[in-house]
Amino acid sequence: MSELVCIVCPRGCTLRVEEEGETLQVTGNGCKRGADFARSELTAPMRTLCTTVRTAFPDVPVLPVRLSAEIPKGQIFPVMEAINAVTVDQPVDMGGVILNNVLGLGVDLVAASGLLRPADG
Amino acid sequence: MREYDTVVIGGGPAGLAAALSARENGAKTLLIEREARLGGILKQCIHDGFGLVRFQEKLTGPEYAQRFIDQVERGEIDTSTLTFVTRLERTQAGFAVTVVNRAGVETILTRTLVLATGCRERTAKQVSIHGTRPAGVFTAGTAQHFTNLLGQLPTKRCVILGSGDIGLIMARRLTLEGAKVLGVYEVKPTPSGLTRNIHQCLRDYDIPLHLSHTVTRVLGEDRLTAVEVAQVDERMRPIPGTEEIVECDGLILSVGLIPENELAQSLGVELDPKTKGPVCNGQLMTSVDGVFSCGNALHVNDLVDYVSESGELAGHAAACYAPAPRREVALRASPALLYAVPQRLDLNRDNSKTTLYFRSREVLDRCVLRLRVDGREVFSKRYPFLRPPEMERLDMDFSQFELSEHSKIELDIEVTGHE
Repeated sequence: MSELVCIVCPRGCTLRVEEEGETLQVTGNGCKRGADFARSELTAPMRTLCTTVRTAFPDVPVLPVRLSAEIPKGQIFPVMEAINAVTVDQPVDMGGVILNNVLGLGVDLVAASGLLRPADG
Repeated sequence: MREYDTVVIGGGPAGLAAALSARENGAKTLLIEREARLGGILKQCIHDGFGLVRFQEKLTGPEYAQRFIDQVERGEIDTSTLTFVTRLERTQAGFAVTVVNRAGVETILTRTLVLATGCRERTAKQVSIHGTRPAGVFTAGTAQHFTNLLGQLPTKRCVILGSGDIGLIMARRLTLEGAKVLGVYEVKPTPSGLTRNIHQCLRDYDIPLHLSHTVTRVLGEDRLTAVEVAQVDERMRPIPGTEEIVECDGLILSVGLIPENELAQSLGVELDPKTKGPVCNGQLMTSVDGVFSCGNALHVNDLVDYVSESGELAGHAAACYAPAPRREVALRASPALLYAVPQRLDLNRDNSKTTLYFRSREVLDRCVLRLRVDGREVFSKRYPFLRPPEMERLDMDFSQFELSEHSKIELDIEVTGHE
């Protein structure tokens, strides 16, 4: 049996996972998302990534960004390197795509702030 | 002289929600913010996890704030940014708010006030660390400001003192940006931050957490060169012989937040020594008629969702406020609770949908919250666990209990143990 803490929401349920043949039995979860999290965490852990990206605008040296979906935990540092190679030099609204299909992982890098919102938008 | 029904001081999540709610309920509203942009501390909280309760979505801080800022900008709410409140005074019809900004000094009249001034970080001086005073000692919020807004990495190799959430978030953030976080040192035997942050911010990046440890000295002349850490006993005193020198160029402090209530105090608002915020009733009105409090100025919340919720309540109550005699009864929290908000109920108001916020004093497994009126239990709720870092929220209908000013209302927690 293994025990882990759910990171899906701030409740932080303590999950207990038992292997029953091919399937994983999860207890201690407050909702369905907890069971999904436990299974994914023990087979292929995924994480979101939020960071900043350099810009060419002096008033906004960095812009908050995030990935559009979770990526495998092991890809976090390679993705950080790819993000650090980018400089935003055009206005972009919140939710606007800055980098398509980062490292072929099927996720986009999107602006998570309205700081560089286009003036007419 | 400009006149308003409601002036909201502070443009963070509490103030934004309060201003929106006051306007929706018919008040001519002014929102005052000292920084250049609305959003408060959310502007630099670029990690996600905001809005899970309110929007069932995992938003970043700037995304969460933007939803409210867009509404404020669309609505008929006056906003004054880069504006600092220097004085609050009572007048016959309400309050005079003196502000200073680029246009000069102005006095604004208002019928009601909502104080949404947020909280401050405890600093190095307030935790009395010995040694020199080199550069390189930052609060977690300052390190976050440098990293996330200015794009400057404040340290290459650091130690974090305190396991508050901002410290844990910054441990991950600095690691992502290439700094080495040598360890998080917590003087208490249990972590201060949310359990999920211990896992996703420390364990994920192999950052060690040293419980019952503290920083006893800082070393270095111009720049920090090392800190001395030591184990502490159960009374949090350093144990001689356990000292260790850790070489680093940064010490990040995440040692607690204190509600900011200087303006409230200038009006004579009564503060609760437990929350360090104003004593409030179910409508979030303070001891001064017409003055309301919300968000982290009222008590330090764990989730922004509850900050917005209290802002809405305070804004609504301020907009609907009409002077009336109070008939208040105290809502006492037993020593098993760290605190409970509100601290009072005004029996002349509707208390059928009162939202209670509380925290337990210690980590408790399998326990029950009990509400007693004059010694008689009128409500109980079981909890599989209660942890002080995780605030609890409960909707309560107090109108069903036939309360009077003389009622003795007490909230208590008992450990039931394993059945």
